[in-house]
Amino acid sequence: MWGMNHHHRSSAPADPKSHTTRPIVTGASVLGVKYNGGVMLAADTLLSYGSMAKTMNASRLMEIDQTLIGASGEYSDFQAIQEMLEAKSLQMQSGLLQEREGDEPPMTARSMWNYLRVVMYHRRNKMNPLWNSVVVAGKDGATGEFFLGNVDRLGTTVEDNIMATGFGAYMGVPLLREKWRPDMDEGEARALLEDCMKVLYYRDCRAASRIQLAKVSADGVLISEPYELETSWAGSTDYIPLNTPLALP
Amino acid sequence: MMSASHSSMVNPMSSNPYGLKEGEVSTGTTILAMPFDGGVMLGADTRTSMGSYATSRSTDKITFLSDHIFCLRSGSAADTQAISDIVKHYLSHLTIETGREPLVKTAAHLMKNIVYSNKDSLSAGVIIAGWDPVEGGQVFNVVQGGSCLKQSFALGGSGSLFIYGLMDSEFKEGMTQDEARALVKKAISHAMARDGSSGGMVRTMTVTAEGNKRDVTPGNELPFGPVF
Repeated sequence: MWGMNHHHRSSAPADPKSHTTRPIVTGASVLGVKYNGGVMLAADTLLSYGSMAKTMNASRLMEIDQTLIGASGEYSDFQAIQEMLEAKSLQMQSGLLQEREGDEPPMTARSMWNYLRVVMYHRRNKMNPLWNSVVVAGKDGATGEFFLGNVDRLGTTVEDNIMATGFGAYMGVPLLREKWRPDMDEGEARALLEDCMKVLYYRDCRAASRIQLAKVSADGVLISEPYELETSWAGSTDYIPLNTPLALP
Repeated sequence: MMSASHSSMVNPMSSNPYGLKEGEVSTGTTILAMPFDGGVMLGADTRTSMGSYATSRSTDKITFLSDHIFCLRSGSAADTQAISDIVKHYLSHLTIETGREPLVKTAAHLMKNIVYSNKDSLSAGVIIAGWDPVEGGQVFNVVQGGSCLKQSFALGGSGSLFIYGLMDSEFKEGMTQDEARALVKKAISHAMARDGSSGGMVRTMTVTAEGNKRDVTPGNELPFGPVF
């Protein structure tokens, strides 16, 4: 009733609700591959603002509790996902939600992937998605196996030995499928990811040549410093356009 | 016939700055031409894009119109190729009829006429640059809509927005051929570093009274890039 102090949200001044209707600052593909001894992710460090290259020092691969996540799409939503997962991890560590022993992280990669699925699907149902495609990689619990999965902005989940988001799904996956073997070692996994990232740099207008790799292995999580890919223009410079009359030597 | 959904009054800051139709291939691009002491220097990137897919990474946007006149193309690849063919055809007729080389301003005028009279159906931003014996090296910018502007240096394409400041700061009249080439490569590299629709390599063309010279700088040897 009017005049009573219900403290309902509806009687407060309307908060400006923000809905991600279209992404503004975006990251391009994230690629992932399981190898013999771990799982490795790759992503470039570029954030785009429409077609403009805004910054080249963004990290799109993050570790939370010995699990790696990487995301393409809206960067602010990825930062929100990081905060949400870190908060969730702290909440679980405080023991309120479960009894735990030892130094095991509160969430395995698989359980983090599932939690993200719940969150992303819930947001999708409210027509206010987190505009990301998130790759989750890490240890799959006590078995010693490794996990690689993906959750997209609709809440769709996929689990596989190879993973790619964005343009990588079109141009990287065929290469990954062709070359992947269960007994690949770390060096081969890295070479395969670098090859895919090069192709993406050539053909995706929103990709860049400065990339980061990240891996989860028995030794733990490692995220590399950004580095430049070697690119090849052989054959392209040989192309001699037809119309050069009066060509000087 | 008026197309209700297409107009050349497109918003350069939107995600579709050239008003391209669905499936249309763009030379969303960086093009640049400037006179130097003795001729003109033309430069372009080599990326052709369809949305965010690079359909070509070694495109040649420097198009022959006559022996000493070239054009740089931005906008719809189909539209600009078709228009360039028409202008090249006109100029070859003129050469035969008059017995002498066409003037750069004639080529620019012909290009402008086509773009202007089809302004609602075309997506074309073209730079005409060349040398003629009357006025020497000249540069004309035929922007979308069909305005023809004679300029001391001309920029075009989606990437040009990022280098107006750089060119305003570094351009000077009467540069040498080497200075002009270095500035063209530098400016286009800067544009490619920031514009997703520009990329690949840098092609240059030097047009002088004696003849023409092509140059190409591969993508891993650019003077600048990537951004910090």
